[in-house]
Amino acid sequence: MYENAREKIARFVNAKDSAEIIFARGTTEAINLVAYSWGLRNLKSGDEVLVSLIEHHSNIVPWEILSKINGFTIKYAKVNTDGTLNCEDFESKFSRKTKIACLSHVSNVSGVINGVKRIARVAHDHGALMLVDGAQSVPHMPVDVQDLGVDFLAFSGHKMLGPTGIGVLYGKKELLEQMAPFQGGGEMIKEVSFSQEKAQCNISWNALPWKFEAGTPNICGGIALMEAVKYLEHIGMAEVLKHEKALTEYAVKRMRECRKVTLYGSSDLSLKCGIIPFNVEGLSSHDVALFCDNYGIMIRSGFHCAQPLHQVFKLQSSARASFYIYNTREEIDQFVEVLKEIERA
Amino acid sequence: MPAVEDYVARIEGTCGDEKGVVVTFKYDKKDEAIARISKKAILKKSIAGIITEFVFQDISFRVFSSGKAIFKGVKNRETLNEILSTLLL
Repeated sequence: MYENAREKIARFVNAKDSAEIIFARGTTEAINLVAYSWGLRNLKSGDEVLVSLIEHHSNIVPWEILSKINGFTIKYAKVNTDGTLNCEDFESKFSRKTKIACLSHVSNVSGVINGVKRIARVAHDHGALMLVDGAQSVPHMPVDVQDLGVDFLAFSGHKMLGPTGIGVLYGKKELLEQMAPFQGGGEMIKEVSFSQEKAQCNISWNALPWKFEAGTPNICGGIALMEAVKYLEHIGMAEVLKHEKALTEYAVKRMRECRKVTLYGSSDLSLKCGIIPFNVEGLSSHDVALFCDNYGIMIRSGFHCAQPLHQVFKLQSSARASFYIYNTREEIDQFVEVLKEIERA
Repeated sequence: MPAVEDYVARIEGTCGDEKGVVVTFKYDKKDEAIARISKKAILKKSIAGIITEFVFQDISFRVFSSGKAIFKGVKNRETLNEILSTLLL
């Protein structure tokens, strides 16, 4: 069943081969896998890694840590004041020194959908690889890795109705085959033989995808993620996106009725997924989140693990409303009533 | 002998520049905890009966009727523990 899950997930993102699907603990571990298995051996002083200021910390910190070890340079692409990626700046930063570009498909703060297909094409024109953080896109819209042309795609199970502790790294087979293992242990080896003569072990790696899955796998997690994928496919990812866009449009319209509420991010809703960052005048984002919590409405507050983007927005923190397939217009009405109550108080 | 742990389920830091600490009271003790705090701290204002702002020893904090409190400007965890001990015990 675990291998069936791998095949199901491969078809879900349209990977060519189920060997291109590596199970990880989540998006963060999947990105770290690329950083350490590919980056540690392929990045050196003089090389450049291109990252945007939109990124979640999990697509910044692994590269920063590695740059201190290998001495390469990280270039950060600018973000427009409305939270959209400055594509011109991103593309202008490519050079022959660029070895990999790292970009989130959808911002976890603003919900803006980035043009990863276009950036992937530019990356390949410069001989660079393209890694996409799909944590906020794979659960919310149809994602086709072959159509996007990306080399790596990372996503998490818990954001798509699956359990915590399971995630996926998609990688092109030819790249994964060249990469060294991420962690050592059982499962990821073909043979560990002790040579009496040399007094050391000779080790050969297992085939893909197991080369990257050391130790007892998260079998329950993988199977549960497969069931989540089946459920989402039954609804249809195009329907999921349509539902979320309709809710976002309605929520933005209703939230604009609130005088003390400031919305952030692009006003072009065609560029957005179901995420709305906002603040309420006179209250911290944490106060707003706890106020909503009192009515059984869960929103997130703080930096959302994306401090550099908050610096771009010149914000100390933000509250974030987000939607999924189970949310309704009536819930948005309740949420807006709570916001209005905060305003009155 | 009563202890802070009898009332507090969890303490965690908030992120954002206005760094604070969120104290979550145990569900079955939250009303008692809020009542004890109300007796010892100075009430500054109440917002819709949901958020109550208090001051105690020059520390401003907000208590939510859902059973959480946000403390801002507390130097460290030891200071917070001292404040909670005084307020709750």
